[in-house]
Parts: sequence; C-alpha cells; structure tokens
Amino acid sequence: MTTTTAHSPSANINWLLLLLKARTFVALILVFTYFAFAAPNFLSVANAVLISKHVAINAFLAIGMTFVIITGGIDLSVGSVVGLTSMIAGYLVLNGIDPGFGWSIQFNTVEIMVMVCFVGVFVGWINGILITRLNVAPFIATLGMLYMARGAALLMSGGRTFPNLNGSAEYGSASFPLIGAGSFLGIPVMIWMLIIVTLASVYIARRTPLGRHIYATGGNERGAALSGVRVRRVKMFVYMFSGLMAALVGLIIASQLKAAHPATGEFFELNAIAAAVLGGTSMSGGRGRIMGTIIGAFVIGILSDGLIMMGVSSFWQMVIKGLVIVTAVVIDQAQSRLQARVALTQEAGS
Amino acid sequence: MTGKHPIGLTIRNAVKVYPGTRALKNVNFDIRMGAVNVLVGENGAGKSTLMKVISGVETLTEGEIAVDGTPVQFRNKDDAVRAGIGIVFQELNLFPDLSVSENIFIGREPTRLGLHIDMRDQATRSRDILTRLEQDIDPDTPLGFLRLGQQQVVEIAKALAQDAKILILDEPTSALSAVEVEVLFRVIAELRSQGVGIVYISHRLEELIRIGDYITVLRDGEVTGTRSMDGVDVPWIVEAMIGGEAKDFAAPIAHQIGDEVFRAEDVALAKMGGGYSVDHVSFSANAGEILGIYGLMGAGRTELLECIIGRHPEAQGHYFIKGEELRSTSIADRISHGIALVPEDRKVDGLIQMMAIRENLTLSSLKEFTRFMHLSLSREAQRAAEFISRLTIKVASAENPVSSLSGGNQQKVAIGKALMTKPSVLLLDEPSRGIDVGAKAEIYRVMRELSAQGIGIVFATSEIEEAMALSDRIIVMADGRITGVFDKSTPVAQVVAAASPGTSSVEGSAA
Repeated sequence: MTTTTAHSPSANINWLLLLLKARTFVALILVFTYFAFAAPNFLSVANAVLISKHVAINAFLAIGMTFVIITGGIDLSVGSVVGLTSMIAGYLVLNGIDPGFGWSIQFNTVEIMVMVCFVGVFVGWINGILITRLNVAPFIATLGMLYMARGAALLMSGGRTFPNLNGSAEYGSASFPLIGAGSFLGIPVMIWMLIIVTLASVYIARRTPLGRHIYATGGNERGAALSGVRVRRVKMFVYMFSGLMAALVGLIIASQLKAAHPATGEFFELNAIAAAVLGGTSMSGGRGRIMGTIIGAFVIGILSDGLIMMGVSSFWQMVIKGLVIVTAVVIDQAQSRLQARVALTQEAGS
Repeated sequence: MTGKHPIGLTIRNAVKVYPGTRALKNVNFDIRMGAVNVLVGENGAGKSTLMKVISGVETLTEGEIAVDGTPVQFRNKDDAVRAGIGIVFQELNLFPDLSVSENIFIGREPTRLGLHIDMRDQATRSRDILTRLEQDIDPDTPLGFLRLGQQQVVEIAKALAQDAKILILDEPTSALSAVEVEVLFRVIAELRSQGVGIVYISHRLEELIRIGDYITVLRDGEVTGTRSMDGVDVPWIVEAMIGGEAKDFAAPIAHQIGDEVFRAEDVALAKMGGGYSVDHVSFSANAGEILGIYGLMGAGRTELLECIIGRHPEAQGHYFIKGEELRSTSIADRISHGIALVPEDRKVDGLIQMMAIRENLTLSSLKEFTRFMHLSLSREAQRAAEFISRLTIKVASAENPVSSLSGGNQQKVAIGKALMTKPSVLLLDEPSRGIDVGAKAEIYRVMRELSAQGIGIVFATSEIEEAMALSDRIIVMADGRITGVFDKSTPVAQVVAAASPGTSSVEGSAA
C-alpha cells in the first residue's frame, strides 16, 4: 500500500494529466507565440508595458475574486466598487471634504489613498455582513451591491465626470496622477503594486492559517466549521479583501485618466471571474491558485490586445473570448474526470 | 415452502464489491408476495446495499436477480420500477411546496398531448391510491402541510402509483411518533392483504417481530439466518445479528480511571415543530474512561455530541472541563479548551475531501505551527507524518487528497485531526460506521490506547455489541433523554430494553 505509483498502467495518462494541469500556462504560451508572429509590433517594449497595464487592472480584481470564489462565493460588486471608489478619489482630489462651515479639509495623496481603500474595504464588509450574518446568498448580496455602488457613484456627481484630477502642490496631492501613470526603475508604479499584491496573496494562500482556512471553507464549509475554522471571519476577510482590490483599481484608473467617470468599471467583475476560472479556480469552491489567476488574466489580456492589433473586429473578439473561457472549463472537467479515474486505479492497485 | 406466499423476487449468490470492502458476500434472499419480509442487521451489515441492488440504484458485481422466475438485470432505477419494485428511503424524497398529487406523480405526470399536465386525472388517481391506503388526505394539499407520518404514506403512494408489486421500506418508523407508527402498520397490513410483497428494514426488534412474516438477518455482508417469523424472539435475532464469535474489540489496557474531565449539565436542543431532540441531558466523563452512548436512530446521540462541540449555538446547556465552565459557544474556542469531535459523517462533516491528508490532519491545530501569520510548512509536515505513523494510517503520500483513502484510513485521519488538538475529552460519533472489520479493530485499539493515556472518551453508537464491549460505562438514550446508565457488566437485554422509545427512565444497576 505504501508503494509509489511508478508502475502506473500508462505513463501516457500521467503526461496528459500534467499537460491538462498546466493548461493555462500552455494557453499563455500558445497565445503569446501566435501573436508574436501574427501581429506586427507585438514584441515591442512599449506594447509589453501597455499590455501589462491592461492586465494589471483585471489582475487586481481577479486576485480578490479568486479568494472569494475559493470560499465558494462570488463578488459581483467589484466593477461598481471600482466606479464608486474612483469617483470618491476624484471628489477628494477636487473638493476635499466640505463640512459646510465655509471652509474645507484637503488631503494629500497618501491620505486620499487610505480613505479610498477604506471605502472599498467597507463595501466588502457590508457584503460580508449580508452574507455571513443575514444569510443572503453571495450572488444576491453582491448583485444588490453592484446596483447600490453604481447608483452611489452616479449620485456623487449627478452622472457627470470629475475632470482634471491633477491634484495640487499646496495640499500635497500633486503626486496623485503618479499612481497610475508614474514609474519606478522603468516599471510602472501600478505594476509594482500588482507584484506586491500578488506576492502577498500567494503568501496568504500558501503560508498562513488564514489561507488554509479559505480553502477549507470552500472545500467543505460544515467540515471546516466543525474543525474549528471560524468560517464567518474567513468570509468577511475575502469580501473585504476583494473590496480593497476594487478600491486600488478605482484609484489607479482615476489617476491614469486624471478623471473619474461614474460608469468606470462596468463588466469588470465578469473579466475578473473569467480570469479566475481560466486560471483553474473551481466555481464550486475549494480549488484555485493565485498564480493560475494571474496567468489567466494574462491570457485574456494578451488575447484581447493581440486581436485589436491584428485588426479583428471587437464583435469577433467577444466571441473568441467567450469560446476560450468555455473551452477552459470543458478541459477542467475532463481533467477532474481523468484524475478521478487515475486515483481509482491507484486505489485498486494498492 | 409455503404455498400461500409465492416468491416474487429471488436474488442468488449476490456479491457487491466497493473499493476496499465487500459489502455483500454470496447473499441469497427471497421476497415473498403478500407478506412482510423483514431484513435486519447492524449498520454496515449490507442491508442498504442489498436494497440498492434490488431497486436498481447499484448493480451487482456477481450474482443474479430473478423476478417471478425470470432472470433480470437492473441497469438503473427505471428498470427496477418497470419490474414493479418501489422503494421508500429512510430520507424522504419529496417536495414540500408541491401538492400531494404532484408529489405522487413527479416525473411521470399524466399529460395530454405530452405537454399539458392533466391535473384532474392526476388528482383522481391520487385520490384512488390514497383511498386504497385508507388515508384521508386531500391530494391538493401542499405536502409541507402534512405530518411526517402522512408524508411517509405519500411516499408509499408514489411507489404504488408506479404499480409497485414489491415495496421496500427502509427504516420507515425511525422518525415517526407512536400513533403514526400504528397508521403505517395498518397501511402495511392492507397492502399485504392486497398481495404486495413488502421488504421491511428496521432496527426496532419488537416492531419487526410484530409485523414480520419472514425474517432474514445479515451480518458483515452474509446472511446468518432466514426463516419464517413463527417462534422468532429478540434473543434469536440478537444472536444472529451479533453471532457467536466475538469481534476483535482489542483488549482493555490496564490503567486507572481518573477524576472527572468533562461534565455536561442540562443540555437541551429544541426540535423543529416542537419537542426536544436533546431533552435536558446531564452526564460526566472521567479521565481514562470510555463512555458509550447507545441509542437507536433519532435517539439524540449525534445531536448531543454536536451541542457539546458547539454546532448548535441556539442550544442550552453548561459544559465544564476539569471543573471549569466553558463560556464561549464557538466551536474554535471549545476545541482550544480541550474538546474534540470526530463526526459521524466523514464525507460531509469530518474531512475536507479535496484537501491533502496532511492539510486535513493539521486543520484544527494550525496555531501550533504559526508564528504571527507565518505557517511553518516543514513543522506541519513533520507533525502530520508523526500522526500518520502513530495511528498507522496507510498512505502512499501525505500530499494525496484524503478522498483517495479507504473509509477506515479516512476515519483515522479524522481521529488524528481531533487528537492533534490535544483534547481532554474526545467525542466520537459512530467511530466504526462504514468501515470494514479489520479497520474497525484498529479504531477500537486506538480508542483503548487513548483512554490509557488519560483522555476521556465519549463515543456514540447504535451498535449494541460495540457499546457493550468497549465501554466502561454505558449511557442509553431514547427520544432525546437518558433512559439508563449502566455498568459494563449489565446484561445486554437490559441495555437494549432501555433504548426502546417510549420507555420511562430505567436506572441502571450501578451507575
């Protein structure tokens, strides 16, 4: 029984399994190689920076989404929270807070960032309370939040854009545009942020009890609870973290465009889900990896930018994107079946 | 044998193999028409497997089934239904928001043009069947409005609507009140007189003797007795169920039983729809003692243990560890104060099937390997390996998913997880359920060792043999109450008697 499975019935199956497991990575290489040949200028440095900026926006949200989905939930509100937080960022840069006594409080860049992030976390907290305390299904709770946050974003300006977010040197917010547009050591600041967030997330997932509890909660909530996992806290964390990610994206977009528009972030939640699923996250919970999600985000990003560069119509782009996502899940199912079969033959052999 | 009860279905040399266990070994079984064929045996004896095979849910590994003398092969449930076999599972498969008649015809609605459901026809036919069962139930009532006993009758009606000539009832009375049981028995008698062959599975032995015409006893996948019910009494059934040769219960390891480590006072858990599933129960457990909680289905054993671990925040009760009262109701806090539970259902409650063996073992004790936020994977792996060898869990690699293990080894992982929290009292709910004989013996050995190390062990079981052989003291529960506390030397019959629902409290000879 303790023998290894070196003499497994067929080495081919093991190879196939390995290939299927690494499918997102294989897809990335395929997509990348294809466009390197097919699209002119695809391999330029400028293009690489551009693509990675596009990918980063989605990757932040997708990381938050991955944690949420691993617990067996979903967060549909992130796109709207991006809109809301970018509007709040815009409002704070332009107006500060006006308590109504004829004077106003102005903030520097760091203070604005902290306040915006707090709003994102707070929205996530409300999602978490709805889900863990009031027993609203995650789909419904965050769907409600999708509408509420979008509505709040529109109400802030009556639907108008906050333009010219250049900040002011007087108040210390002149560095606001650097969040999305600045660079450090030749690499955009937002990419540095993504690297830090990714490393921290991988660390949380792999090397902390919290990460283990996230997987356990999604794998079997009742079992996890009976093992002493504080399931409610775990869920609160993932929704608050997802809110934080949305706030970061809101800040980045407002800073990049030097403007905040209330419609920012529409359908971002769907792209985030797509990246997570493409990266091998199971919608039923318990399974998924941060690095898989990052690769998934790159596949989607490279696919859409590459298709644009090739001049493929945006209508076709949507069709292709949809096909890729569905194919990924079909392969995912095939892999689970194959894996179950291999496990059974191992069991019978032992 | 007897001409008045022709044999409707026979099963010969039936073998059913699951990965890791042989659930049926050469079983021969006849179902006689116009009679109640009783099937009895301990949990894991193979009753459910046999019924699943007959109702087409599972297929036989070897052996044959014949209906009215013609060999048949049931590839799925529909094949069995077509052959006239209906089954009413222990858990009802009904839709509370649909009407009675809709429930009866679910999936087979009478239609016009294959599209439009003929409600009137459906209602008429439902009424006919319910009249045949002598039940005054309006077919248009939403099912959820009916009492549990009536719902059971609807489930029977559903089987009859499919022209079932053979009706299998799997523990139909486990959730019923005494009055509802009487109603069910009248229905059964009525069906029997109409020539229906009934297979009746139950743990309540008196009930079996009262209603049965023929009895078949299963033990460890083999038939150990089959005869007409004439002259059968409880001792005969118990003998056939448990058998002459004793199972390997592992010899007790000599040690002192210490002071009280755990006490529960006035534990009460209200049931939905009134009454209590745990009815103000108090007991205590000592260090190094094995305390058995014996009771039938629905006696409240599982619920009691769940209350202790904190699964039901709404439950009342006071708990003391070494004399100190626990204030917090959260499971995590109870665990950190020295209570650990190995739940009855490994799949749903005990383990995270998709996670690795290592991750399951350490799930409750991650704190031990954590500084600030950092989890030391190397120390975790080391500790997991230590428990794997200590409990002799057979694994190819600790990184394999726990679902790849056999039932017995999974149970050891669940026990290992609980032990790693260094509990003062270990609660085990049906620790030997669904695992084979060899693995059972090992689980018993582990329990003995742990008690010798001074851990208080409280285990719930529905197997009288297990309760008698392992326990230092036995608490018997029925209807959510403690109906007796017995010494291990008490005669079996006395303990069994206390477990019958409806008995008033019997105080044990020595408590």
